[in-house]
Amino acid sequence: MSITLDHVEYKYSEGTPMETEALHDVSLEIRDGEFIGLIGHTGSGKSTLIQHLNGLMRATGGDILYNGESIYREGYSMKELRSHVGLVFQYPEYQLFESDVLSDVCFGPKNQGLSEEQAKARAIEALRLVGMGEEYDKRSPFDLSGGQKRRAAIAGVLAMKPEVLILDEPTAGLDPKGRDEILGQIARLHREQGLTVILVSHSMEDVAVYVDRLLVMDHGRLRFDGAPREVFSHYRELEEIGLAAPRVTYIAHALKEAGFPVRTDVITVAEAEEAILCTLNGTNEREKATP
Amino acid sequence: MGIIKAEDLSYNYIKLGEDEKTEEVSEAVRNVSIDIHAGEFVAILGHNGSGKSTLAKHMNALLLPTEGTIWIDGRDSRDEDALLAIRQTAGMVFQNPDNQIVAGVVEEDVGFGPENMGVPTEEIWERVDRSLEAVGMTAYRKSSPNRLSGGQKQRVAIAGVMAMEPKCIVLDEPTAMLDPGGRREVIRTVRELNRKKGITVILITHYMEEVIHADRIYVMDEGQVAMEGTPEEIFTQVERLKELRLDVPQVTELAYGLRKRGVPLSPCILDEEQLVKEILEVRAGNVHNA
Repeated sequence: MSITLDHVEYKYSEGTPMETEALHDVSLEIRDGEFIGLIGHTGSGKSTLIQHLNGLMRATGGDILYNGESIYREGYSMKELRSHVGLVFQYPEYQLFESDVLSDVCFGPKNQGLSEEQAKARAIEALRLVGMGEEYDKRSPFDLSGGQKRRAAIAGVLAMKPEVLILDEPTAGLDPKGRDEILGQIARLHREQGLTVILVSHSMEDVAVYVDRLLVMDHGRLRFDGAPREVFSHYRELEEIGLAAPRVTYIAHALKEAGFPVRTDVITVAEAEEAILCTLNGTNEREKATP
Repeated sequence: MGIIKAEDLSYNYIKLGEDEKTEEVSEAVRNVSIDIHAGEFVAILGHNGSGKSTLAKHMNALLLPTEGTIWIDGRDSRDEDALLAIRQTAGMVFQNPDNQIVAGVVEEDVGFGPENMGVPTEEIWERVDRSLEAVGMTAYRKSSPNRLSGGQKQRVAIAGVMAMEPKCIVLDEPTAMLDPGGRREVIRTVRELNRKKGITVILITHYMEEVIHADRIYVMDEGQVAMEGTPEEIFTQVERLKELRLDVPQVTELAYGLRKRGVPLSPCILDEEQLVKEILEVRAGNVHNA
């Protein structure tokens, strides 16, 4: 699996006085098995970008290739593309509608043309993958807690067996535990099922822990594309575009500025803890070694 | 009596079964007694479904208690004649900025509340000026709200509440849908309204970083107040918070981790500067003792 964006542009209301450029010259490649974070301020083009990846929006310029083949080629099956690239929208729980959880998750695979039986098997598999046991199958989706509803909604997309799973802020509005549970499940799907994941997030702390690669959008342009540690080293520039680095990165910088020699490229609490201990212990040993 | 005082407040949601006869009662809030003083900045934390939003909706009589009583600036929320006065005393700001904006121009949106209250036109404009100024959105008064960022939209929503000249603002997860820049803007605005204008603030959030400057925190669980105290008192109890599906700010978590591994730091550090200061002291001590 690979998705290639080749100088992609998208203009709203093209040719009218209201013309707005939502994506400007975006080129990148998404490779099989990657866990990618996508960050950017409100209106930076994140949502526009992900809707291009499964053909919900059509670029006004440039090309998008799925496995090397242009999705804009005549006769290309968008339906098939959408079954390969699953998109979980923001607040997906508002899209639950069936009378029980299992039927709701069956909806996608049934639409793909699977038989009742096959759809059910897929739905059961997907529900177990997001950690929802049999006891939830017959419950009304509206009786679930916020985090459970969201997991059920994610299962609805997983049941279509996508190769790429795109999630638009899957943890917005969830309590810290619910957030950790959802992200933990997604990380497991990535690890154990080899799923390619694109996570849109407003939490720098979350992407720092989970993703291998970070894309940063700003005013429709791709500003940064790299490992989180590398991207967060540009924290001043990130602030200028409405973003930030994780809190611990700031602490490391503050320590360094105050004369405490510590690595400043830490992006998680665990890393910061190690780095600070390393300096403190280093001080001890050095002092002891001195006669 | 504080500006918002609840005594043994309970609220039950009643759900009809499929036959539309059997009733199922779920107790969203159980025997809550709270007392919030004028000018305080109070945060309410709690996991999804803990009852925080249900409690918040009682603070301007959007919901009425099933049992117990809540007084808003001394008025019982069950008193129908006091309803308008209550709504003017306590304004609410919700999670989704797009659901709260009604007009096509920022200044008209902000003027909507006072206009509805029958405030004379001239005074409406004065209030609009003051409110936009207070949230730092004066430059956008002629803009269309849909061209604003999430943080700016929330500030307009807050200005809309301010224009009603409330004594108290209740914010129910106002930053849940915002990017980091937007979250900073909204929290800074709310803190300023509290400090400079003396507005009582009740902030509900899932972001622990946002409540470290609160005067007091209530933690809800299963419809009840499970913990109450200053940020220091609450965030010292890391394990208890995790049991309640919550968290601590990253600064506090880092300090807690270091302390567990033998670094002599204060039991609860909320502030980055304090953490830096203490780590420097530890290092100076190490050098000295060696």
